Amino acid sequence: MTRKLPPKDVVIIGMGWTGSILANELTDAGLDVVAIERGPWRDTATDFPISYMQDELRYRIQHELFLRNSQMSVTFRNNVNQTALPVRSWGAFMLGNGTGGAGVHWNAETWRFLPTDFTLKSHLTQRYGANFLPADMTIQDFGVSFDDLEPHYDAFEYLCGTSGRAGNLNGQIQEGGNPFEGARSRPYPTPPQKQGYGHMLFAQAAQQLGYKPFPQPSGNLSQAYTNPLGVTMGQCTYCGFCEWFGCANYSKASPQTTVLPVLLRKSNFEARTDSEVTRINLDNTGKRATGVTYVDSSGEEFEQPADLVLLCAFSLFNVQLLLLSGIGEPYDPAIEQGQIGRNFTHQTMSDALGFFDKDKYNFNPFVASGAIGMCIDEFNGDNFDHGPLGFVGGGYIGQVQTGGRPIQTTAVPPDTPAWGSKWKQALKDNYLSTINSPGACHASMYSYRDNYLSLDPTYKDRFGRPLVRITLDFHDNEIKMSAFLTDKFADILKAMGAKQIVKRPRQPPYDVTAYQTSHLNGGAVMGDNPGNSALNRYLQSWDVPNLFVMGASAFPQNAGYNPTGTVGALAYWAAAAIRSQYLKNPGPLVHA
Amino acid sequence: MYQVNRRRLLGTSAVWLLWSSAAARAAVIRGGIPWKPGAGDPPEPVTPGGWQYFTAQEAATVEAFVERLIPADGLSPSGKECGCAVFIDRQLAGPYGRAEGHYLAGPFLKGTKQQGPQSPTTPAQQYRKALAAFDRACRAKFAGKAFADLSDQQKDETIKGLEDGSLALDGAEAKDFFKLILTDTQNGFLADPIYGGNKDMASWTMIGFPGAHYDYRDWIDKHNQRVTLPPVGIANHPNWTQKS
Repeated sequence: MTRKLPPKDVVIIGMGWTGSILANELTDAGLDVVAIERGPWRDTATDFPISYMQDELRYRIQHELFLRNSQMSVTFRNNVNQTALPVRSWGAFMLGNGTGGAGVHWNAETWRFLPTDFTLKSHLTQRYGANFLPADMTIQDFGVSFDDLEPHYDAFEYLCGTSGRAGNLNGQIQEGGNPFEGARSRPYPTPPQKQGYGHMLFAQAAQQLGYKPFPQPSGNLSQAYTNPLGVTMGQCTYCGFCEWFGCANYSKASPQTTVLPVLLRKSNFEARTDSEVTRINLDNTGKRATGVTYVDSSGEEFEQPADLVLLCAFSLFNVQLLLLSGIGEPYDPAIEQGQIGRNFTHQTMSDALGFFDKDKYNFNPFVASGAIGMCIDEFNGDNFDHGPLGFVGGGYIGQVQTGGRPIQTTAVPPDTPAWGSKWKQALKDNYLSTINSPGACHASMYSYRDNYLSLDPTYKDRFGRPLVRITLDFHDNEIKMSAFLTDKFADILKAMGAKQIVKRPRQPPYDVTAYQTSHLNGGAVMGDNPGNSALNRYLQSWDVPNLFVMGASAFPQNAGYNPTGTVGALAYWAAAAIRSQYLKNPGPLVHA
Repeated sequence: MYQVNRRRLLGTSAVWLLWSSAAARAAVIRGGIPWKPGAGDPPEPVTPGGWQYFTAQEAATVEAFVERLIPADGLSPSGKECGCAVFIDRQLAGPYGRAEGHYLAGPFLKGTKQQGPQSPTTPAQQYRKALAAFDRACRAKFAGKAFADLSDQQKDETIKGLEDGSLALDGAEAKDFFKLILTDTQNGFLADPIYGGNKDMASWTMIGFPGAHYDYRDWIDKHNQRVTLPPVGIANHPNWTQKS
């Protein structure tokens, strides 16, 4: 028996970054908002307190803060000829759960995409000709420009207090910043974080090689900061437990440390936790959402009617809910039709280990933060001439080592035995003097005809709903790019003085057990017409105009950056469109 | 830490935490950040005492095994002395041993390496089965002797046999079991001492990791200098609580 609840103006599915931001913006506009979150309520003092948060076994190895696969998983295969099998325990990506979503365990690397990333197809076609792109590559323009988004990037960074050095202020290139970035309207809210020895050695070597290194933009703050909502964050203490951990120190930007304290005090907001939305309901025309159905942790089913539905779950689960709710046409790779599930991407990560003389180098790897590091952007996006190289795309390269947590940071030279006294000796000899930066080459993954999401025909979740099925493999373009970038990073390691370098370029096939990042994108992409996208440029569904879908599921392809900055900017951009246009005249904001 | 501090916030706004039933955790939250004292969930320290999962014979095998994976030498005491067998025992008796949180619905089909493990067998079941097979293999090879009774050299050769797959196990995958026990042993050795496998922070002292210090602001600028802070775990530093 489903209990029908009193209607709300807005129902939000998911309380991560985008759900929290949208809820705050729309309650400011006077709307009555309810957010429904699958996971538990999480907060700093109760869930990742200073007294026991620094626990690598519990949080990293045993996935304490993440979504349990038993609650929801995915299935995976490399291509349509294989049978997809369930991911029984997370590997290639780690998905958040509970209030704050992935904004709890992220590293807070807060990048903007390049202006040309938003016009990728037009730009590359113009520069290299249409034939330069692989025939099965399905990249396209976002339908929104960097200039459109600049004020909204700015809003997200000022919400977070992002620490960094501007490289391009209103068109003026700034010394010490990223000279390739799009023009920003004002400096970062806080100065860059301090850097450790390994990070600075990278910067010096990069400079000697003619590159322009700059500090990674960081949501782990260099100093205390009060954001425009009046919420104050503390200074990062470089504890080295950031990636995969919650911050106990209120110094990593997360919904908890930036938005929720204000949002939760509003009388026109309510959160319901441990409650899983099972579908978005449509009226009999199929063109209007009437609200959502959800099940709470006692198993009771509720219907929450609302005028406006905001789908703010993680990218994969946005797509799953669209498919389960019968919104839009599922993508079929055989005939290249349908938009839901199309253009699914991840990231192309690679690195090289640098072993240094232990008597001369002591990097103290455990003194770090999630977004510490020095980077170069010479080989990202289309910042370099791809003509002679035979591939497109790229990534930032950096010494961005986030800590020295001992279970995961035990790189030893390749000829070392896996156990015994020689293993112990190698551990001791290399722990303090190795550059082990798994995110060193943080590169793009462009979209292809045969990489997509769909519903699995066999495996179900605890409610009997089909899991979302990932069909994904690396293509030659990305493999060539990865080898190129890894070589560039290794050159810098050599200039830093490494005595032994072990290159680890990304190799096919895509492996769902090998951690890369949790940057999963696409499947409900934005674009300029319903023939190439699920969403219009305001992230509004073409099919159901009172539904907006936030998050990286809207990316038509992935760029060589961490996605959260752009996810945050798009959330503010959509919120502005809803407030200034949609609420005055509910209906499609772009006419097809 | 918040400008609007918690105390004031709690004093002026209502916190609604409506539990839909005694067993359910679903909550409706409005009016402020929910807060109840003592709501944290600190880890349970491993306590000494009898084996919680292993039989005495299994425990003898595992203790002998971890003593060779991490031998006593000038760098640290052995894996056994550091508590790695105790660590594995307690882990297998807990959520890890039951594969809690994993997706365990069938069908279980053999897939590619890239699709990840596809077994309905939990780690605890894997140990039980593989240790029994390992015991049989040892006794067959060494005239009825159990692994724990072999010489160090024989033990190392036997472990190498598992590692490279040349020692076949009846009803278990030798290489998989080797990987499992090696990973668990090293996890225990390198994890926080609260879990029982890194006694006196032996591994952290060995490699130079100072542990769960919360604040390195004094050290971030000290490039290429050894951090001299004594190692500390989540619970404490051994010297702070133990009289010796």
